[in-house]
Amino acid sequence: MEKYLAMIRMRFLMMLAYRTDYYTGILIYSINIGAYYFLWNAIYGEKSSIEGLSSMQMTTYVAVAWMARAFYFNNIDREIATEIKDGKVAIEMIRPYNYLGMKTMQGLGEGIFRFFFFSIPGMLLVAFIFPIELPHEPATWGLFGISLLFSFVINTQINLLTGITTFFLYNNAGLIRAKRVIIDLFSGLLLPISFYPIWAQEVMKYLPFQGISYVPSMIFTNGYSSGEIGMALLQQFIWCIILIIPIQLLWIVAKKQLIIQGG
Amino acid sequence: MSDAIQVKQLRKEFKSASSRSGLKGAFRDLLTRNYKIVPAVNDINFTVKKGEMVAYIGENGAGKSTTIKMLTGILEPTAGEITVNGMNPHREREKFTQTIGVVFGQRSQLWWDIAVQESFRLLKKVYKVTDEQYNDHMEHVIKTLDIGPLLDKPVRKLSLGQRMRCELAAALIHNPPLLFLDEPTIGLDVLVKLKIREFLKEINEKYNTTILLTTHDLGDIEALCERVIMLDEGKIIYDGELQSLKDNWAEEKQIHFQFIEQVALHEVQSLPLPFDVNWVCDEKSQTYIALLKEESDHISQLVSAVVAHFKIKDIKIHETSIEEIVRNIYEEGTV
Repeated sequence: MEKYLAMIRMRFLMMLAYRTDYYTGILIYSINIGAYYFLWNAIYGEKSSIEGLSSMQMTTYVAVAWMARAFYFNNIDREIATEIKDGKVAIEMIRPYNYLGMKTMQGLGEGIFRFFFFSIPGMLLVAFIFPIELPHEPATWGLFGISLLFSFVINTQINLLTGITTFFLYNNAGLIRAKRVIIDLFSGLLLPISFYPIWAQEVMKYLPFQGISYVPSMIFTNGYSSGEIGMALLQQFIWCIILIIPIQLLWIVAKKQLIIQGG
Repeated sequence: MSDAIQVKQLRKEFKSASSRSGLKGAFRDLLTRNYKIVPAVNDINFTVKKGEMVAYIGENGAGKSTTIKMLTGILEPTAGEITVNGMNPHREREKFTQTIGVVFGQRSQLWWDIAVQESFRLLKKVYKVTDEQYNDHMEHVIKTLDIGPLLDKPVRKLSLGQRMRCELAAALIHNPPLLFLDEPTIGLDVLVKLKIREFLKEINEKYNTTILLTTHDLGDIEALCERVIMLDEGKIIYDGELQSLKDNWAEEKQIHFQFIEQVALHEVQSLPLPFDVNWVCDEKSQTYIALLKEESDHISQLVSAVVAHFKIKDIKIHETSIEEIVRNIYEEGTV
């Protein structure tokens, strides 16, 4: 266990070493939130609510969705791909730890770092500039926290899956990019799921993506009834479990397939 | 258990896609590809005893690194059996890697943007080394390798020689009984090479650490290893003592003569000697080279005969170097 904590700490140090990334990250997220705020304002116009979300809820939704993204988002799929492409994975395999477990911990280290030094100050800043309604009940905050943890797990699992495909494809930059667009679109980051056509919503119910962004954001904006919250959390939890299976299967095959490139 | 490494009928095959030629061929490759199965390591057997220092040599692409990668549990063998430290490296990878240290000369295992000591700290946790063990062992390692002043610098700011010494220290954090070194001295200057060799000798004596190293630098081998395993095209072509390799291949001695006055080749060839001497003339430097078998007092007879007939400016006795032996073997492909 201690080694995993040490890895989280290491990632913290790395995030601090890349200061420019940190500052540009803040800038990019602020621009995104601002842009979506004005876009949604224009769409709402005089209307008080669309698809059951008020304009105020919508602004909150956008802000919290992006701040949550700072926590669950990571690039470990790309990291795995690079490590395989330049053969660095050999170094990882000579250490007494589980490679995927360590990658997850690195993602978590990154997430925790951004949560404290990015999301929280960012949220305060956004709450200051834009009209946002923060939840009043502590329970909502708690449920949001749990849901956010599940988002991290689901997103990381999907990243691991994408990353492992490098073992077979050797160059999967296109796949990684496609995955990113799919997640942004189907997770409810850009558009709440309830805004999609009914048939699309039906399809998305059977996909893990809405567990990444839509569920925690809806909890935060009080868009769910308490029964719906329970169902949504359960669904997230089930996806966390289900996704373990393909990862483990692929991993077993991948280890046999492994070719160390470049000598 | 006195064997650190046991390898039986080890084989690794790679499937490599061969591209068809031309545009038409490229389109056909989209649908079906031709695969060739290439054996990188071809049914090899060897054992390494505990505490031995063994050089594993061969040309580029002979299968050295592939073997190391199988021995360290990174790659799964196609066929054959490996037992290292009493374990199957690939199947019991996580437990197994606790007992080995690895240095890949071409790759870094330190974190690029972070101070060296942070990498050490993480590895200490990864290998579950206690503070006591760490202080006891690493203090010495850091002192011998002279890396104390480098510890607070990020790895990217180190020179290659500095980095390689840190890499070596990183591989030894858990004081493993078995050390794999894949070209540890590649690209290093003579001083760093010497330091690393000395250090390896020392830990071998102190902890009875088994060391398997691959290298192209034959100086490494001469300084460290008594035993050599030579690989060619995935097969072992020599496994034995370095000394007997030298004895078998370095049968001939070369004696270089330089004369003060002009001497013709037929003059030296007609020297009265009771055995065969092969004379070669190097016109550029006005040097005559005598090649002869190293037997009884042939050398002294030759020298005295030459000295009696000609005025000598310079004389050199040249023993065949390891480089030449290895080059000969590579060229002929057998021992």
